[in-house]
Amino acid sequence: MNKAKNIAPILSIKDLKKSFGDNHVLSGFTLELFEGENLVLMGKSGSGKSVMIKCLVGLMLPDEGSIEIMGKDITKLTQKEFNELRTELGFLFQGSALYDSMTVRENLEFPMRQQNKSEEESLKLVLEALENVGLVDAIDLMPEELSGGMKRRIALARAIILKPKIIIYDEPTTGLDPITAKEIIQLMRNIQLNYKTSSLIITHDVDCARVISNRMILLIDGINYAEGTFEELSSNKDEKIQAFFK
Amino acid sequence: MITSIQIGNTVKKFFTEIGEMSFFAGRFFKEAFSSPFEFKELLRQCYNMGNRSLFLVGITGFILGLVFTLQSRPTLMEFGAQSWMPSMVSISIVREIGPVIIALICAGKISSGIGAELGSMRVTEQIDAMEVSGTNPFKYLVVTRIMAATLMIPLLIIFGDAIALFGSALVENLKGDVSFQLYFNKVFDAIEFSDILPATVKSFFFGFAIGLVGSFKGYNCTKGTVGVGEASNSAVVYTSMLLFIIDFIAVFVSDIFFEL
Repeated sequence: MNKAKNIAPILSIKDLKKSFGDNHVLSGFTLELFEGENLVLMGKSGSGKSVMIKCLVGLMLPDEGSIEIMGKDITKLTQKEFNELRTELGFLFQGSALYDSMTVRENLEFPMRQQNKSEEESLKLVLEALENVGLVDAIDLMPEELSGGMKRRIALARAIILKPKIIIYDEPTTGLDPITAKEIIQLMRNIQLNYKTSSLIITHDVDCARVISNRMILLIDGINYAEGTFEELSSNKDEKIQAFFK
Repeated sequence: MITSIQIGNTVKKFFTEIGEMSFFAGRFFKEAFSSPFEFKELLRQCYNMGNRSLFLVGITGFILGLVFTLQSRPTLMEFGAQSWMPSMVSISIVREIGPVIIALICAGKISSGIGAELGSMRVTEQIDAMEVSGTNPFKYLVVTRIMAATLMIPLLIIFGDAIALFGSALVENLKGDVSFQLYFNKVFDAIEFSDILPATVKSFFFGFAIGLVGSFKGYNCTKGTVGVGEASNSAVVYTSMLLFIIDFIAVFVSDIFFEL
């Protein structure tokens, strides 16, 4: 699945730097995600993964560097242009981040608010997304009525509702039991096949990385320390790299 | 022992917070008058704040009128001035006691509710999720809540005042054999335009303060679940202080225009 490097990446981060006072969280991080690829990013807690994601989705401004999504540098876009571009991005939050005061249906309809879709169209998309995660029956439930695994699935359905070209997964299996984690990984694979998306997966879960990745980047001290396939990295003798696979 | 550095830091923090809140209020005015408008969410918030506070405001108003009349009766009777009861109670309630007490009750219910709700949305990344989905969370969550509070608090105060007067009339009817019709005739004779207008105007400011402080504290909440508790708690404390400051300014300004 690794794409030839002459194809333009769908997502490109170049020399990203971000500091909080004297704490240099990202010190020149670079990443390229190609179409149809599942790229796994692994890093220890505090290595700058969350900061990188926040910069990527516009929740935080980087100090230096560029972030290009589908050829557009997000740091140079107006808010309106960036919001339009955001419809091409799906984001699965670590804690699911479902809106407590809304039903599952309203949660899924929320990203479509700016799209001027008819009620019929919205419902069709909601049902399609719920079918993809196997939770059509939960359409009228409130988030408090869902289990942890169901919440993650609904959050996944919300991430794919607009059929984005890129999906970013932030720790998709963290906090789930092994069986539910496997189900989520399988869903991620199915979604990649059905929707032909490119995925950037931030995870600590070695099993998840082994099953889903086409390529991996290891983030250490704010820079990409190593890059390669799961097999290449897991057989590398470097102690710092090996620490991820123990 | 409190050092001068600690006092300095506290003062600095206080003024920083006032500055941030002013900036927050400025952003509210900027976002409130630009499209898209979130009418559906505004109506939902009006319903939540108005309808769900009716019972509490009603009970508070009723007891307020009842107790105020019961406590004032003996003193007025000493001077043979019990016939002044309707006018004294109505002017006190409409001008001052009703708006302030009901606004304080609403600060406890609505402002802390907003602080806790937005705070928990912040720490569970729901606000981030809204932003990532291309929705402006400030407009959707903050503008609608401040506007709803600004519109609903005056209505709740009017409702509370009416119930308080009813409570007072009930005491007069039971203890003083004054009919409801006579009581309310005297009330409407006593109350003037200069009593109603300043009270109504200041109640809009009360509503704005309740929505603003709750939203500010919740929207900028940090430090996880502890932060949510702090946001909710400090929303009530700051709102209550702000209500008294607004009340003082309102009375001062009213005195200039209406010579109270």
